[in-house]
Amino acid sequence: MMHYQIRVSGFGGQGIILAGYIIGKGASIYDRSNVSFTQSYGPEARGGACSSQVIISSEEIDYPHVTDPDAVIIMSQAAYARYGKNLKPGTFLLTDSDLVKVDPEDLVNIKHFSIQATKFSEDLGKKIVANIVMLGFFTGITEMVSREGMLKAIESTVPSKMFDINKTAFEKGLQEAEKAKVAV
Amino acid sequence: MHGEFFMNGDIACAEGGISGGCRLFAGYPITPATEIAERMSQRLPKIGGVFIQMEDEIASMNCILGASWGGVKSMTATSGPGFSLMMENLGLGVITETPCVLVDVQRGSPSTGLPTLVGQADMMQARWGSHGDYEIIAISPWSPQEAYDFTIKAFNLSEKYRTPVLVMTDEAVGHMTEKVTILPEDKIVLEPRRKPPLPPDKFKLYSYDEKNIPWAPNAGDGYRIHVTGLTHDERGYPVVNAETQNKLVRRLVNKIRLNEKEIADYKGFYMDDDPEIVIVSYGITARPSLSVVRRLRKKGMKIGLLKLNVVWPFPEDVIRKIASIATSMFTVENNLGQVSIEVERVNFGRCPCFQIGHAGGEIHSPEEIIKEIEVSLKNGHR
Repeated sequence: MMHYQIRVSGFGGQGIILAGYIIGKGASIYDRSNVSFTQSYGPEARGGACSSQVIISSEEIDYPHVTDPDAVIIMSQAAYARYGKNLKPGTFLLTDSDLVKVDPEDLVNIKHFSIQATKFSEDLGKKIVANIVMLGFFTGITEMVSREGMLKAIESTVPSKMFDINKTAFEKGLQEAEKAKVAV
Repeated sequence: MHGEFFMNGDIACAEGGISGGCRLFAGYPITPATEIAERMSQRLPKIGGVFIQMEDEIASMNCILGASWGGVKSMTATSGPGFSLMMENLGLGVITETPCVLVDVQRGSPSTGLPTLVGQADMMQARWGSHGDYEIIAISPWSPQEAYDFTIKAFNLSEKYRTPVLVMTDEAVGHMTEKVTILPEDKIVLEPRRKPPLPPDKFKLYSYDEKNIPWAPNAGDGYRIHVTGLTHDERGYPVVNAETQNKLVRRLVNKIRLNEKEIADYKGFYMDDDPEIVIVSYGITARPSLSVVRRLRKKGMKIGLLKLNVVWPFPEDVIRKIASIATSMFTVENNLGQVSIEVERVNFGRCPCFQIGHAGGEIHSPEEIIKEIEVSLKNGHR
């Protein structure tokens, strides 16, 4: 039985909710798993600490909230303080290394990988695709959603004239994931 | 549009309205129901429908009643404070027997309460919120897919029983995104408007069939249409006396109450072996409840879930049957005691009944439900 709980977190405005939505769409519509996607709603989604949650399962999903994540993506220090601690052993913790300073004590038995997602997106000329770089990294590291499914979900979600840069961003994240896995 | 979509419960509800035949939406924006109005404003003009943002919820409810008499299937959507404002004209819809759909995306309450967070505390308002004696139909989805399916169902019930139908969804379902299958138009079964069996010169507007349900000519079809909120006779003319009142109000109540078994819709989970413990729940709260049942079944407990799809009229038969077999019943809902009162009433002392309530703001966690079940089974009634 496959059952993944995933949390994406950061500042409102970084595309945290969109990132969770794309993971969910890729897993649901294209990988054909059962998926529930929930999100912060209200002022926090438009500024402060923001999170979105995805459950992917081979079984019918009853309780729709993430309680004990198997993968956590973190793109701000405030989100790290809230969601980066007391993770269960074996959890994937993915951080933007320029935005999140991790505490080594939190990393015992945790599969921690970091990427300069925001910097790479700036190199591409579009800071708003940092979330998509992170999605590529997430896909490559965790393999919880297929690459094809994720790419189709991106294509059917972002404006068509923006697809190319998003695809490049996604692939950059995938490449970095391969490097990071070799390094481990 | 049809196929598989990854969409939230609000948008699925709007799509359900469109699939259900809705071609006029009148509403006023309110969190967490705004996405329904937003979707309708984008979709309806492209398919020959009309979207109107009204000046408030009172006018919105009136507008959909008028549209329905004009022959167009119509709906509105709101949340707690707007639902309160719609109550007077919901009663107008009930007494004029106007098919239409009212969606309440419930949030934390009373008053403005928790605009962005979940609640299920409008259930008794749905049942009794407008003044006077009446019965209403209210259905409650637990997922975006059901928000779609049940909104179609709401339109069909409203035509079949000639009454406003309430879709009692909530913020958690409204803002949760899951896969939703939208059917092609030719695969959707729609209940047609009940055309009069007689020509205009032989027909009375509020004549009715053996199930107490009147026919439904539209204004402009050539029939004499006189619609009033006053107590009226079969012609639709005001007759303000006890005799007419007795006949009309009894029929309004009976057309729902006597057809309750036909309207009833519920789903049992792990109910086949007549479990000792039965949870009754509806809407989003049935999901943590199902999680609880699955967990406790693994520990060997004989427990099942009855999920109410149609909450009003209350499915008395099935509750009575369960109450005479089970050793205890739990009503799990996101309020401090509403549908649980009905479960207790119908249970009538057959077995101990408990409510596992919540004041709103979040859905129950499975752990807190399990804890309350354990405490109640140990301590019995307070």
